[in-house]
Amino acid sequence: MTSTPFTTRFKDDDSLFYISIILGLGFIWSMFAAHPTGVSALLYPTLEMHGYMMMFFFLLGILAVVYKVGDGVPKIDQSEYEDGVVKAGVIATTFWGIAGMLVGVIIACQLTWPNIFYFDNLPWTNFGRLRPLHTSAVIFAFGGNALIATSFYVVQRTCRTRLAGGMWPWFVFWGYQLFIILAATGYLAGVTQSKEYAEPEWYVDIWLTIVWVAYLMVFMATLYKRKEPHIYVANWFYLAFIITVAILHLVNNLALPVGAFEAKSYSLFAGVQDAMTQWWYGHNAVGFFLTAGFLAIMYYFIPKRANRPVWSYKLSIVHFWAVIFIYIWAGPHHLHFTALPQWTQTLGMVFSIMLWMPSWGGMINGLMTLSGAWDKLRTDPVLRMLVVSVAFYGMATFEGPLMSVRYVNALSHYTDWTIGHVHSGALGWNGFVTFGALYCLVPWLWKKKELYSLRLVEWHFWLATIGILFYITSMWVSGIMEGLMWRAYTDLGFLEYAFIETVSAKHISYIVRALGGTLFLLGTLIMAYNIRMTIKGRGLAEALDGDVPLAKKPALPAAQPILVGE
Amino acid sequence: MFLKLHQYLEKKSFALLLGIIGTVSVGGLIEIAPLFYIDSTIEKVEGMRPYSPLELAGRDIYVREGCYTCHSQMVRPLRDEVERYGHYSLAAESMYDRPFQWGSKRTGPDLARLGGKYSDEWHKLHLENPRAVVPESIMPPYKFLSERELNYKSVAAHLNANQKLGVPYTDEMVELAVSDLKTQLDEYADDYDGFMQRYPKAVVREFDGNPDKITEMDALIAYMQMLGTLVDFEEYQAEKDENLR
Amino acid sequence: MSYDTLAHVIKLGGTVAFFGIFVIAIIYALWPKNKARFDHAASLPLHDSDTPEV
Repeated sequence: MTSTPFTTRFKDDDSLFYISIILGLGFIWSMFAAHPTGVSALLYPTLEMHGYMMMFFFLLGILAVVYKVGDGVPKIDQSEYEDGVVKAGVIATTFWGIAGMLVGVIIACQLTWPNIFYFDNLPWTNFGRLRPLHTSAVIFAFGGNALIATSFYVVQRTCRTRLAGGMWPWFVFWGYQLFIILAATGYLAGVTQSKEYAEPEWYVDIWLTIVWVAYLMVFMATLYKRKEPHIYVANWFYLAFIITVAILHLVNNLALPVGAFEAKSYSLFAGVQDAMTQWWYGHNAVGFFLTAGFLAIMYYFIPKRANRPVWSYKLSIVHFWAVIFIYIWAGPHHLHFTALPQWTQTLGMVFSIMLWMPSWGGMINGLMTLSGAWDKLRTDPVLRMLVVSVAFYGMATFEGPLMSVRYVNALSHYTDWTIGHVHSGALGWNGFVTFGALYCLVPWLWKKKELYSLRLVEWHFWLATIGILFYITSMWVSGIMEGLMWRAYTDLGFLEYAFIETVSAKHISYIVRALGGTLFLLGTLIMAYNIRMTIKGRGLAEALDGDVPLAKKPALPAAQPILVGE
Repeated sequence: MFLKLHQYLEKKSFALLLGIIGTVSVGGLIEIAPLFYIDSTIEKVEGMRPYSPLELAGRDIYVREGCYTCHSQMVRPLRDEVERYGHYSLAAESMYDRPFQWGSKRTGPDLARLGGKYSDEWHKLHLENPRAVVPESIMPPYKFLSERELNYKSVAAHLNANQKLGVPYTDEMVELAVSDLKTQLDEYADDYDGFMQRYPKAVVREFDGNPDKITEMDALIAYMQMLGTLVDFEEYQAEKDENLR
Repeated sequence: MSYDTLAHVIKLGGTVAFFGIFVIAIIYALWPKNKARFDHAASLPLHDSDTPEV
């Protein structure tokens, strides 16, 4: 290979060429960012810290590319699936899941025992800095990696073709990890836009945009070169998730930086317009990141694990279009009784209530896929996890429309009830469906007969379920209690409680919440151990001699390709 | 016809992409776009002005520390809230907020009308050690704000960025930003009158009680002491047609 | 255009657009001719193999 001229090495696959250009430009920008020349920034920290970090990581990327190319022409074997990047995604999902949930437990403890968990001289450990770290870590790092990994797996299998784009999928994976690291360290240092779930500053947003466009391109190109005429419904949901998140991200993060090498920026929108844009973003981050994307997981992994086709494909079509159309309107229910014009609030409420229908359509579709195979719930804890996730989805999507009613919202808004609602969705639905998918993927990807231990899956399932119940019931109690206390009057017509009394009244609930979160985290740690032992091939996880894993042997006769309307 | 269309969508990845974009754009466009040009989105009020340099720096600290994760700045027009916090918030009151700080959670109380309710000393003690003042508080301590010097030299660049976005800072305000910032901490400063003309109703005093240093505590308290104090509610008529939304 | 008219048009337009999309999706999903294709599509996850088609 040494005789090949360097440039012709990109002949088969030019992805590394363009990737190195991106990395090079990034490196140059971060060199300037690391050495601010102008006036010093108004607030610590400057961009310096991130400048050095980016220099380091971009350089590492460039070295990796050089190493890869120096080793010979990157071979892209079209007769093999690109599973390496999915494996990396599985490990990253597990790692970030633990990290994000751990921070969640820490901040739950801070609100419960402030004297123990706050430190005078460690501003980066304060709740205000850690809370965005928790939300971003679980949503974008844990959830995002799960979505990227499963989407790369599912799109290949259902299109029966290798991922497109040569090394681009790897760029997406590592680029996304860099985004997470920059966002997380930024929050700790106080670099934030303060827009919930969109806290990273402008330069991190730009980096995510580059990564996300690459992701969209890889996904689209894979669909384009598929060998199966029909695009499976899971891929529609993945595509809606990718493209809508791109639109939301671009619009909501429009901002003017104070300088080309300054971390701080000011939002393009102000006040009421900014609020509307933010909650259009915020709600649809739930709708398209945490719902559409994870529904894609449901539509592939439940049928696959149960070995039965989805209950009603017709329903999935209606479900898809109704969900993506209605969700986008629901944002203003986060702004009831605020200074947002009332017609917008009403619109948001009406569409939120309508959203109940397609959500339950999807839930029914997921649950009924099990019809005729309900007995598997007793024997297969992984399938049970997937199915229970759908049940939690149904619960959260019933509670959501209820809370979007203006007069319920008057009570529930600003209280812990909202926190409980979010976690019944996040822990019950997103968490469980991800755990289920990971438990499926690990033996499939590492070619093992079974997981290391199904007993440990049982432990995980029950610990996490009890954890969720502790969490959401304690938040119902504290949320409804504080909402009622805020509006309680004495007989003489005075407000009955000072604000601080409503804070101390929640102490017991907060203890229960912290306990629930700890149990959930414990379950995740057990999963991580199980995954590790499975990869090592211990216990039941014997290596397969043949190349077809048991779990994947077709139980039904292969369907003939059908060409209707062609 | 649409049957063919959907088959097309299912078979052509790019058409599916466009179909999704079209479907999701409707709601967003209809809800957001009108807010930018309907006059009635923002009320007509007397008294709103851009933040003074010191207040802006304080606001940036408020954002940096993630105060919005526990404190809202939006009093809803509900009886108990108006009695607990004060007049309900108007859209006009956050017209220079980039980004807005309405918040979504009240782990602590609403701060929209905090200005003038407590003394500077109270704020300083409370921020440094919340449980020294309110024993049952679960707020984090911000002692470091009193020690850390405010790095104000680039404050003009911050005003400038806001000016470019449409906040009505004059060129004079941008130019005098650093001196205005110092003036707000010293009521005997030479340019006191000029400053008060540029930023009417601004509170001018040594906020953290330490005249030797301009600290981040100075800036944060200056910001908190002006929250919700600008609009003149004696002039504001909620029932007027132009103020109905 | 006054505020009220605009708000009215938006609410009406939103409802019509939603209803239109919903009806189209339902008719398409229930159209008898499509059944075979849907059955095939629904079984896709169950028949994927360990290697891609080249």
